[in-house]
Amino acid sequence: MEKWANNKAWFLVLPVVIIVAFSAIIPLMTVINYSVQDIWGPGQSVFVGTEWFEEMLGDKRLHDALWRQFLFSGLVLLIEMPLGVLIALAMPKRGWGVSACLVTIAIPLLIPWNVIGTIWIIFTRPDIGLFGAGINNLLGIAFDHTARPLDAWITLMLMEIWHWTPLVILLAYAGLRAIPEAFYQAAKIDGASAWAKFQYIQLPKMRGVLTIALLLRFMDSFLIYAEPFVLTGGGPGNSTTFLSIYLVKIALGQFDLGPGAAFSLIYFVIVLLFSFMFYQALQRVGKGEKG
Amino acid sequence: MTLTLEWMEWTVPTAIFCSTIILMVIAMTIWQTISPSLERRGFLPIPTTPGDRLFIGILGSAYLFFAWIGLTHFALWILLVVVVCWIIVVMVWG
Repeated sequence: MEKWANNKAWFLVLPVVIIVAFSAIIPLMTVINYSVQDIWGPGQSVFVGTEWFEEMLGDKRLHDALWRQFLFSGLVLLIEMPLGVLIALAMPKRGWGVSACLVTIAIPLLIPWNVIGTIWIIFTRPDIGLFGAGINNLLGIAFDHTARPLDAWITLMLMEIWHWTPLVILLAYAGLRAIPEAFYQAAKIDGASAWAKFQYIQLPKMRGVLTIALLLRFMDSFLIYAEPFVLTGGGPGNSTTFLSIYLVKIALGQFDLGPGAAFSLIYFVIVLLFSFMFYQALQRVGKGEKG
Repeated sequence: MTLTLEWMEWTVPTAIFCSTIILMVIAMTIWQTISPSLERRGFLPIPTTPGDRLFIGILGSAYLFFAWIGLTHFALWILLVVVVCWIIVVMVWG
């Protein structure tokens, strides 16, 4: 790593720091204040120390929501990443098909998130939904995402994959298009198979964009709120209650500001750790490509 | 219009907590402006700048706090000593 002449250029980010101070740091400090107090209303609060943290860290429903969240993010990534790469590989390389594919694929990304939830509620309804009624009547399988946890999970996963795989496709496609033709010519001369081309040319060249895709997809799926809130509301039972849904239930539903604030801080620290790890991974990928 | 901070519900311990972190960040900014440091490799698995190490120190302290609260019933001042030692160790040898 080369030595920087000085770090004074960093002061140019000061305006951003001031804006972030108002939009994020002051609210965050407020949350820290709330997390150590029992609050009934403005000016009516009692200092309780670490009581809310003890309560939240020992809360079984929070543990369940956390594991559910990791399971959801893990499954989503396991399906979305290979699927996105596969579709990107299958997309046309030139001609009018490129624009047609790109526009069609990008459509799910343009729909507001709560509208996506509503679309999927109707789409999967067992009585009138194209998907729900189709499965129930044509295949004879009882499918009802409002009553059966597994069906709710399948619906949520399908929705998430339909909604966000396009992002992976677009990123992977951009990575593929950036590979110079000379690599493919060399592969052709060597008589490389399609798999060898993928393994030694396409995959290494896509590493940068795929790491970004992985980072974005993990964070988005880990913080998911609007779609499951609209689609299942966390049910049936608690089977699709993810961290954000449980947090809103505590902080706004029950108006338990103290426990809600403690929960927020735990959530925040988990997200911070993953962001940092992904940031480090991204940096390493960037350096690897330079070298 | 008057600007009040009542809605933030400040308490003395949280005020000390927040000011300590803000002061550490400001001190780090001043130090790195006067004498910029190189990235180097310590016992942590990644090469780090002093800023990275401060971040890792504080983030690690948060996890230590959660583990302390969730798993043990020892007094919090012992944790404070542990956390200060942890941050110093990371800053110097990390």
